[in-house]
Amino acid sequence: MTEHILIIGGGQAGMQIAVTLREDGFDGTVTIVGEENHGPYQRPPLSKAYLAGDADAESLELRNPQFYVDNNIVVIPSEKVVSLAWGQNHGVAITETGRELPFSQLALATGSDPKRLTCEGADLDGVLYMRGLDDANALKARWESIENIVVIGGGFIGLEVAAVARKYNKNVTVVHSRDRLMSRAVGPVVSDFFLKAHTQRGAHILLEKKVSRLIGNSGRVTGVELEDGTVIPADAVMVGIGVSPRGELAQQLGLEISANGAIVVDSHARTSDPRIVACGDVAMLPHPLTGESMVMLESVQNAVDQAKLAAKTLRGGTDEYRAVPWFWSDQADLKLQMAGLLQGYDQQVLRGNPDEGKFSVLYYKNGRIIAVDAVNDVSDYMAVRRALTAGQNIPADRAADSSVALKTLFTD
Amino acid sequence: MPSVTYISPDGTETTLEGRDGDSVMDLAVKNGVKGIVAECGGACACATCHVYVDEAFSDEVGEAGDLEDDMLDGAAAERRPTSRLSCQIKLRSELDGMRVTIAPEQV
Repeated sequence: MTEHILIIGGGQAGMQIAVTLREDGFDGTVTIVGEENHGPYQRPPLSKAYLAGDADAESLELRNPQFYVDNNIVVIPSEKVVSLAWGQNHGVAITETGRELPFSQLALATGSDPKRLTCEGADLDGVLYMRGLDDANALKARWESIENIVVIGGGFIGLEVAAVARKYNKNVTVVHSRDRLMSRAVGPVVSDFFLKAHTQRGAHILLEKKVSRLIGNSGRVTGVELEDGTVIPADAVMVGIGVSPRGELAQQLGLEISANGAIVVDSHARTSDPRIVACGDVAMLPHPLTGESMVMLESVQNAVDQAKLAAKTLRGGTDEYRAVPWFWSDQADLKLQMAGLLQGYDQQVLRGNPDEGKFSVLYYKNGRIIAVDAVNDVSDYMAVRRALTAGQNIPADRAADSSVALKTLFTD
Repeated sequence: MPSVTYISPDGTETTLEGRDGDSVMDLAVKNGVKGIVAECGGACACATCHVYVDEAFSDEVGEAGDLEDDMLDGAAAERRPTSRLSCQIKLRSELDGMRVTIAPEQV
């Protein structure tokens, strides 16, 4: 049979594999199958501009429908692949509706699902999540009628939704189980800054608090009860407590899966079966700068860059994945931009003054810069991103002088 | 509907018609114009949609905002007086017929 690459997952990563295959001249069949009732679209604005009413659904589309036609990319929405089998030279995927999709090569870009609450009341009406367009629409549909919203989880998604809700003057309470906000992603200085910033903008932030149950009336959520007995009134509860990678199909194929269910890939985006690649939120991969540890990168940057590499690997490419991870989060008028991964840092340098709402924190390990968190400080963010991309250092002792532009301090 | 002509790094010219309010970046990316990466999708967070605006339209397009200005300083390709991030230019009838040259490196 002719070459037929099947991409399971219709998100940013899945789409990018298809686009790169065509850009590189692949002339076999390319099919993207996804569960959602939408073609590939951007997720990041869902909890930001889209929720705030500054972007519509059409503007979120990653490509026009005509683009897929022109590039001979078959997009099958609303189909969930439930089983996969390999024959001698080709395989077949079977969907929930019984559709059979043949393939000669396979790419898994199945993404992740939001972790669900499991406490009493978790299934009440008004308990919402934020992953897909349908989730965002469900929240928007209620938006007008929401007076009190409780956000469970003080990560990016939760805080972005909280910021939009405050903009609309809703009563907002954020319940976070850890001792600081966004603790997996940013350093303590930045966590403290955002605690203050959200509090100043009228949100109530509760740290180190756990939810014991959700309270309802006639099937609708009316409040959130904490383990200490406090009850917070709620017309809606937005849950943002992390994600679970969608590794179930990979498991079915007997591929190596990490403890959290992610698909383990090598630096070529290959799974433990070299015929199959995986990329994006579902993948656990070697650190793309150091190769030293295995990491998960739930970001657009990784979805795009790793997908590009996966597409090349499918065609026999031997390049290794090397990229500077970067992330951003818009919360109220604050633009948080991060580059590199700060895990394992042994020194930090603060530039600027958090009290003035513009600053950056540079993170170092063994004297070399490894990451930056920047708040409304695009220059520092861009400088560190460029240094990391070029494999250069920015000496910590000199970076401490905020009046000096970082881009003038690069060394080998 | 305003139309924009994109000149890709390889010299290819593509003319597209977009809807008012969409950005110059949106229109290019959604139609697969090569050279504009736009990883952040228009949040002014990545500086990978760098273009040089035709001088005839410089005044109409206006100058970069503060944030965009700083992003452009760190952009991969040479910054010129006509440099803009195309995600920050919204289409409107006054920009009909504009030509933009896509910067050669974006990342």
